[in-house]
Amino acid sequence: MSSEMAGAEIAGVAHEAAHTSGDYIKHHLQNLTYGQLPDGTWGVAHSAEEAKAMGFWALNLDTLIMSFLLGAVFMFMFYRAAKTASAGVPNCLQNFCEWALEFIDNSVRGSFTGKNAMIGPLALTIFFWVFSMNLMDLIPIDWVPGLMAMMGVPFFKVVPSTDPNATFGMAIGVFALVLYYSVKMKGLGGFMGELTLQPFGKWGMPVNFLLEGVNLIAKPISLALRLFGNMYAGEMIFILIALMGGAWAGFTMSGVTLFGSQILLSLGWAIFHILIVTLQAFIFMTLTVVYLDMAHQEHH
Amino acid sequence: MNINATLLAQLIMFAMFVWFCMKFVWTPIVAALDARKKQIADGLADAERAKHDLELASKRSAEILREAKEKAGDIVSNGEKRATEIVEEAKANAKVEGDRIIAGAKAEIDQEVFRAKEQLRTQVSAIALAGAGKILGREIDAKAHNDLLDKLVAEI
Repeated sequence: MSSEMAGAEIAGVAHEAAHTSGDYIKHHLQNLTYGQLPDGTWGVAHSAEEAKAMGFWALNLDTLIMSFLLGAVFMFMFYRAAKTASAGVPNCLQNFCEWALEFIDNSVRGSFTGKNAMIGPLALTIFFWVFSMNLMDLIPIDWVPGLMAMMGVPFFKVVPSTDPNATFGMAIGVFALVLYYSVKMKGLGGFMGELTLQPFGKWGMPVNFLLEGVNLIAKPISLALRLFGNMYAGEMIFILIALMGGAWAGFTMSGVTLFGSQILLSLGWAIFHILIVTLQAFIFMTLTVVYLDMAHQEHH
Repeated sequence: MNINATLLAQLIMFAMFVWFCMKFVWTPIVAALDARKKQIADGLADAERAKHDLELASKRSAEILREAKEKAGDIVSNGEKRATEIVEEAKANAKVEGDRIIAGAKAEIDQEVFRAKEQLRTQVSAIALAGAGKILGREIDAKAHNDLLDKLVAEI
C-alpha cells in the first residue's frame, strides 16, 4: 500500500538524513512543532532536538490543524443536519446524524443516571472527534507526510491522537468537568469528605487522601494514556510494516517476500485497526460519561 | 512527542467543539427527534381511535339497519292489519247502511200501507154512510153516530 510512497519518502528525506530504519521511524514520530528556535527567532523545528529545545511554549501544528479540520468537518456535517432537522421525513444525512445521536444518547443513558444537558453533546463530540482522529491512522502512513515533504514541510503526523498533547488536552478537559461537577453536586465539603474520609474513616485521613487522590488523578491520566498508547502503538506497527517494503532493493527473493508481506500485513493490521479506532473512541466516550456520573453521585 | 502548549490549544478547541455541539447540533436534533416521536405517537393514537370509531360505527350501522328492518316489518304488518280493518269497517258500515236503508224502506212501506188503509177506511166509511143514508132514507147525523162509525171503521 504505502511501499512506493515509503520509497519516495525516503528518497525525499535522503538529502537531509541518512535513510536508515531508525531515521524513518523517528521522522514519522516527530510532530511539526512551531516555537522559538535556538537562535531566538520563531519558526518550525527541523529536527527532534530543535523541537525539544523549544520547551513548553511551542505548538504542534500538525496535531492542531488535523484535529481542528476533523472536528470542523464533523461539526459542519452535524450542523447541516441539525439546521434542516424537522419532524418530517429525514433525508440521508439527517438520518445518519439522528442515528448517530440516538446511539450516543442511548449509551449515555445506559451509564449516566443523573440529569445534565451537557453530557450528551459532550459524549457526541468526544466520540466523533476521537473516532475521526483515530481514523486518520488508516491513511497509508507515507501519503500525507510525503506530500508535505514535497511542499517543504519537514514533519507531519496525521493522527492527532498519537500526540499525547491532544489526548491529555481532552482528558484534562474531562477532568476539569469532573472536578466542577463533583464540587457542584456534593459541595466543596462533600467532595473533600469523599477524598479524605473513606475508606478508613476520619483517623486515616492522610492515607485516605493519598488513596483517593491517586484514584482521582488516575482518571484523566488513564483516559489520556489509554487512547494515546493504543494509537501510538498502532501507528508504530504501521511504520514497522511500512519498513518492510522500504527495504526494496530489486527483484530478489527477500525483496519480493518483504514487499508481499507488507501488503498482507498492513491490510490485516488496517482491518484490525478499524476495530481499535472505533473501540478507543467508544471507550474514551464511555469512560468520560462514567467519570462524570461518578462526579454526580452522592456516596454518603 | 513533547508536552507543550498544544495541550492548552487542544483543551480550548475541545471546549469550543463541545459548546458548538451542544448549542447547534444536539439541541435542534433532539428537538426534531422528540417532535417526530410525538407526531408518530399521535398518528398511531389517531389510527387506533379511528379503528375504534370505525368498529363502533359499523356496529351502530348494523344496529340501525336491524332497527330499520324491524320498523319496516312493523309498518308492513300494521298496514296489512289496517287494510283488513278498513275492509272490515267498510263491510260493517255497508251492512249497517244497508240495514238502515232496508229499515227505512220497510218503514216507508208500512207507512204507505197504513196510509192506504186509512184512506180506504175513510172511503169505506164514507161509502157505508152513503149506503146507510140511502137505505134509511135520511141523513144520518154524523155527529150522533160518530162512535158507531168509528167502531165500524175499526172493524173494517
